[in-house]
Amino acid sequence: MIKLNKNKFGFLNSSLVLPSMIITLISFPFLSYAGGASMHSPIEQFVVKKIFEIQDPFFGYDISFTNASLFMVLASIVPLLILTMGVRYAEMIPGKLQSISEMLFEFVENLLIENTGNAGRPYFSFIFTLFLLILFGNLLGMLPYSYTFTSQIIITFFMAIIIFISVTVIGIFRHGFGFLSLFLPSGTPLVLQPLLFVIELISYCIRPISLSVRLFANMLAGHTLLKVFGGLAVMLIGSGSVFLMPIAILPIGAIIGMTALEVLVAVLQAYVFTVLTCIYLNDALNLHH
Amino acid sequence: METEAAKLIAAGLAVAPLLGAAVGLGVLFSGIVNSMARNPSMSGELRAIAFLYFALVEATGLFGLVVAFLILFAF
Repeated sequence: MIKLNKNKFGFLNSSLVLPSMIITLISFPFLSYAGGASMHSPIEQFVVKKIFEIQDPFFGYDISFTNASLFMVLASIVPLLILTMGVRYAEMIPGKLQSISEMLFEFVENLLIENTGNAGRPYFSFIFTLFLLILFGNLLGMLPYSYTFTSQIIITFFMAIIIFISVTVIGIFRHGFGFLSLFLPSGTPLVLQPLLFVIELISYCIRPISLSVRLFANMLAGHTLLKVFGGLAVMLIGSGSVFLMPIAILPIGAIIGMTALEVLVAVLQAYVFTVLTCIYLNDALNLHH
Repeated sequence: METEAAKLIAAGLAVAPLLGAAVGLGVLFSGIVNSMARNPSMSGELRAIAFLYFALVEATGLFGLVVAFLILFAF
């Protein structure tokens, strides 16, 4: 018998929809400003603006401090603060902050041990840092007037290529030439081996691209969708027509629902990025186990 | 003018992969609901797996969306 358990989804009401409504309400002045007289492009929110300019003295590159860099700094500082404050006065019965930091820590630890076994333990700090950076980057990006740095392909691609290269190096150091057997599933007929080797090699090399584009595309699509619906609501309200203005409730409702979905996606994408990193690491650590 | 029109048509065609993602999500969730109905004690574990694969399947559709954005705004 299927039993519908309402409590299972009860958390959605309290923890996601209410903040989404608040976020929508706060961001409305901004939307009306952006959608105003001339409809702005929905991807204008991703423009990188310089906060103060820095020129690289040696090669002349532009390494200015931008709004993307500001939110990267914030995304590294906020989890650091939460974790330090949480465990500063550690007690047997944890308070709110201590619970949060312990939950985050245990969540990532379980994830890593489940996927890689004990061999992955030395890499815990890297995986944990990665998870926190992406998680807080995504979540801070959901705040009104903020900037989502994970919606820039160069940032996610750089993260992915670092993971790809280090995983390959770890694999080669641990297994030497044996690492090549990763590209050849055991028990393959001799005729198929060259073909399969090439296919596996390509699918291995495509990993950083799929890893980075997944995170980037999710963030880009979600935020653009929100902006498009926001523009729609603003245009309907701004029309001044008695018949059109009440219809604006529909896009506003859609924004509230989508903000809730976006918060979910923000957490989910951080989780997926971390899980895939663990799976890739497992490939390099334990060949054919 | 014709390039503009071609751009819009191309962007519209480029989001066609979302259809595949929609079918994929439908198959995924039908499978999850089926398994939950058969074995309710596995529900929690299945839900975690469902979320992971939800993100993986959704991403394939979003690749098409990114191409559409590129066509619309990058050229």
